[in-house]
Amino acid sequence: MTILEDRPSNPAAGDHDRPVGHGRMQRKEDPRFVRGKGHYVDDIVLPGMLHGAILRAPVAHARLVSIDTTEALAHPKVLAVITGSDLQALGLAWAPTLSMDVQAVLVTDKVRFQGQEVAFVVAEDRYAARDALELIQVEYDVLPPVVDARKAMDPGAPVIRDDLEGRTDNHIFDWEAGNKAETDAVFASADVVVTQEIVYPRVHPAPMETCGAVADFDPIDGRLTLYETTQAPHAHRTLFAMVSGIPEHKIRVVSPDIGGGFGNKVGIYPGYILAVVGSIVTGKPVKWVEDRSENLMSTSFARDYIMQGEIAATKDGKILALRTSVLADHGAFNATAQPTKYPAGFFHIFTGSYDLAAAHCTVTGVYTNKAPGGVAYACSFRVTEAVYLVERMVDILARKLEMDPAELRLKNFIKKEQFPYANKTGWEYDSGDYEPTMRLSMKMAGYDELRREQKEKRERGELMGIGISFFTETVGAGPRKDMDILGLGMADGAELRIHPTGKAVVRISVQSQGQGHETTFAQIVAEEIGIPPEDIDVVHGDTDQTPFGLGTYGSRSTPVSGAAVALVARKVREKARFIAAAMLETRPEDLEWEKGRWFVKGDPSVGKTIAEIAMGAHGTVALPEGIDGNLDAEVTYDPPNLTFPFGAYICVVDVDPGTGHVKVRRFIAVDDCGTRINPMIIEGQIHGGLTDGVGMALMEFIEFDQEGNCLGGSFMDYLIPTAMEVPDWETGFTVTPSPHHPIGAKGIGESATVGSPPAVVNAVVDALAPFGVVHMDMPCTPARVWEAMQGRTRPPV
Amino acid sequence: MQISMTINGTFVTREIEPRVLLVHFIRDDLRLTGTHWGCDTTNCGTCVVLMDGQPVKSCTVLAAMADGHAITTVEGLANGATLDPVQQGFMEEHGLQCGFCTPGMMLTARALLDHNPHPEPLEIREAISGQICRCTGYATIVRSIQWAAEHPVGATTETTDEEVHA
Repeated sequence: MTILEDRPSNPAAGDHDRPVGHGRMQRKEDPRFVRGKGHYVDDIVLPGMLHGAILRAPVAHARLVSIDTTEALAHPKVLAVITGSDLQALGLAWAPTLSMDVQAVLVTDKVRFQGQEVAFVVAEDRYAARDALELIQVEYDVLPPVVDARKAMDPGAPVIRDDLEGRTDNHIFDWEAGNKAETDAVFASADVVVTQEIVYPRVHPAPMETCGAVADFDPIDGRLTLYETTQAPHAHRTLFAMVSGIPEHKIRVVSPDIGGGFGNKVGIYPGYILAVVGSIVTGKPVKWVEDRSENLMSTSFARDYIMQGEIAATKDGKILALRTSVLADHGAFNATAQPTKYPAGFFHIFTGSYDLAAAHCTVTGVYTNKAPGGVAYACSFRVTEAVYLVERMVDILARKLEMDPAELRLKNFIKKEQFPYANKTGWEYDSGDYEPTMRLSMKMAGYDELRREQKEKRERGELMGIGISFFTETVGAGPRKDMDILGLGMADGAELRIHPTGKAVVRISVQSQGQGHETTFAQIVAEEIGIPPEDIDVVHGDTDQTPFGLGTYGSRSTPVSGAAVALVARKVREKARFIAAAMLETRPEDLEWEKGRWFVKGDPSVGKTIAEIAMGAHGTVALPEGIDGNLDAEVTYDPPNLTFPFGAYICVVDVDPGTGHVKVRRFIAVDDCGTRINPMIIEGQIHGGLTDGVGMALMEFIEFDQEGNCLGGSFMDYLIPTAMEVPDWETGFTVTPSPHHPIGAKGIGESATVGSPPAVVNAVVDALAPFGVVHMDMPCTPARVWEAMQGRTRPPV
Repeated sequence: MQISMTINGTFVTREIEPRVLLVHFIRDDLRLTGTHWGCDTTNCGTCVVLMDGQPVKSCTVLAAMADGHAITTVEGLANGATLDPVQQGFMEEHGLQCGFCTPGMMLTARALLDHNPHPEPLEIREAISGQICRCTGYATIVRSIQWAAEHPVGATTETTDEEVHA
C-alpha cells in the first residue's frame, strides 16, 4: 500500500485539519479495476443462464388493444414471452413505488410513457431475445398525451392515471414549508422584490453502466439470488419480499461492482422484477441488461421543476425573504425515492446560506406522460433544485441592486456564531463558517482581477462571464423519527470483527458505485483502532454478508454508515480495554489508549496491542464477567440530525458572440465537507460533480416533442461533457466539522453536482449582461445563448 | 462463419454468427469481461480495444471485421504481474472511480503514448474525447496519462513498511 503524501499516520480524531486514517492513500479497489477484473452485473454468467429483453411502447399514451406473442413464442430459441395479462394472473402486474404509488411492471391497460414496458422475452442468447421482440404484434389505440406539466391540471386534460380508483385529474400532491403569512408580510413591506420563473429541466444520471439484473430462483428450496445494479441492496430485498411473496430470508440481493449510480440505481425497475419472473417461469437464471436508450427513456430521470422564484430585500442589499411555488413533473408514476414525509425531497432548504426573516414554498406534483422518477443524479433529495433557485435569485437580485454578487452574498451569510442555525423552513444547520470559504474561493480565482479583465473585454465587445454559487447542502438522511422510505427507517448498520491475528473485516450496509468505500471505511476503522487500512477488509453489497441499512444515495454513506463504522470501532476498542485489563491483570479504568494499544497509566511499557488483545479474546485468557470471547461488535446508527456541507464555486466562461458557444475557461471550487477522510477521493468526487454541473448547465436535456416522443434517448442526443468541454478543475477546502457526527464528517458525494450548475449559468448570464439578459434556462446551448443575445427566449418546454 | 484473430497475443479461432459485434465476441465468447459496453451509438467508448495498435470502439466493429487482426484488451495491458505504466498511472493519480470507462480510457492512453510519448494535456484530452467518464471529471485521467508518460517503464509502487507506518 502506498501513501502518496507524507503525512503522519492516523492523526488524532480530534485534529480536524488533517485527514482521518492514512489520509491520501491509493484505493484498495483499484488493482482489480485497472486489470479489467471488476465484477459488474453483466459480467455474471451462471450455468444455463437465459437472456431477457423488454418490448417497449413506441408511443407516450395509448390504450393497449391487443398483443399477439404467437410468432415470438415459435422462435426456436425463445423459452417464454411474458405479457401484462400473464403478470395480472400472478398478481404481479403492478408494483409499489418508493413514493407509495404503484407502477405497471408490464402494461395491462394503457401505455403511459414512451418506452414503457409492454412484454418480456426470455431466450437462449441476447441476440435471439432481441430478435423475438420484433415478432410480437401489438395494437395500440393512441391517446392524446400530457407532455407539458403546466397543462396537466387543465380542465379536460387527459387523465393519465385512470387505473387509480376515483382519479379524475393528474394531481399527485401539494406540499408546503415555511410560514406563508409571515413571508407575505415581509414581501409586502420590502423595498425591492424580484421575481423570475426558473426551470430546472429534466436530465438523466446516465451512469456508464446501464441498469441490469441476473435473477436465479431455485425452485427446490424457494431461494432467490438476485444480482442487481442497486444502490440499496437491503431495501430492495425487503421490497422484493413484499412484492413477490418470497420470504425475506429466502432472498439474497447482491450488488457487485457498480458502474456508477448517481441515483439512477435506487429505484426498483420493472426489468428487475421481470428477470425474477423469468427465472421463476423458466426455472433457470435470467439476465436482463437494458441498453442505453432504455436507460435514458425509462429509468429514473432527475429534476423537471418549474419554479416561480421571488426574493425580497432592502435597497441596500439585505435579503429578507424568499418565496416560491413549484410545479413538479413526476412523470406517469410517482416513483421518486425520498423519505415518506417529504414528497418534494429536501427542496425546502431553498433558503440556502442566507439569514432570512421569512421563507415559504409550495410544491405541486403532477402526472405527465413521461418516464417516472425524479430523485436522482446526485441531487441530495432535490437540494439541487433548491440551490439552483436561490443562487439564481440572489444573482438576479444583485443585478437589480447593481451590487457585486460576491458582495451581496457576503453581506447576507448566516454568521458563524449563529450555528446551529434554525432556518425558516424547519432545518437546523449543524455547523458552518461561510465567509472564509467564500473569501478563499475569491482569492484562488483572483476575483477582483477577473472583474477588471471582464470590464476591459466588454469594452472590446468580448463576452466573458463570472458566475458565483454558494451552496449549503443537507445530506445524510436521516433521523428515523422523521425519515423513512416505505416505513424503513433511514439508519445503517455496521459489524466489525477483529480476527485472532489482528486483521479485521468490517461489514457495511451501504454500497459503493465508485465512491471507494473499500478504502474510506477501512481508513475510518484504522483511525479508530490503529489497524492499518490494508489489514481491514470492507464487505458491502451483499445482503447475506452485511447488516441491514438503507444504502448509498443522497450523500449518506459517510454521514450515516461512516458514523456507524466509527462507532462500531469505538465499541470494539472499549471491549478491548476489558480484555486487555484481564490479560494484564489490572482494572480497565487503569488503562489508557494510544493508537492501536491499551497500556497501563503511568507505565507505557506495559500494554497490549489490538492484535494481542484479539488473540487473547479468542484464546485462553480468563475473560471478565459479561465479555464474550471475541473482539467483535455491531451497531445500527440513527443520525441525530442531517449534516450540512457547503462550498463556494466560481466559474469563468467565454462566450463566442458569433455562435453562442460557451467555453468554461476556469472553475474554482472550495468545499467544506467537515472532517476529511481521503483527500484524493474527495477531490475525485468533486471533479465528477463539477462535470455533471457543466453538463446540465450547457448540454444535458431530456426533451420531449408534443406527441410525447423522448428526444434525449441516446448519447447522440443526450450530450454529456467529454474531456474537451471541461477545464482543469481548481479545488480548495475549508474544514468545519459536524458537531454531531462521530468523526465530524459531512459527506461530499453530491456537493459539486448540487452547487455547480448555478455557477455556470450565473457566469453565462453575466457574460450576456451587455445584451440585457437577466435569466436563461438550462441548458445554455449555443442556439439558446445565441437566441438570448438576439433578445429572444425560447418558449419553455 | 469461422473467424481467427490474435487476442492479447493468443491466437483464437471461433465459429460465430456473422452479425456478432466484436464487443460481444470478446465478452461472451472469449469471456474477457474487462471490455465494457455502455451505449449503442459509438458515443461512450467503454468498449474501446486496440485493433493492430489503434483504438476502435468494439461495439461498432463486427467480430468478422477483426478476422486476421491483432486485438488488445485491458486484460492484455499488463505483462504478467507487472502493470503497464498507464495502469499504474491510473492508480497513482486516481484516474478511476467506478472503473467502468477505465479499460477503454487506458487502452486509448496506451495507443496515444505509443506514437506520442510526451503528449501535452490538450493532446491527451483530444485523444480521450471520444470517450465518456461520468465519475472523474477527466482531470485525474489526464494526470494519470501524464504520470505514465513520465514513467515509461513504470515504477515500483512498493514501499517499505517503515514508510507506510511512518
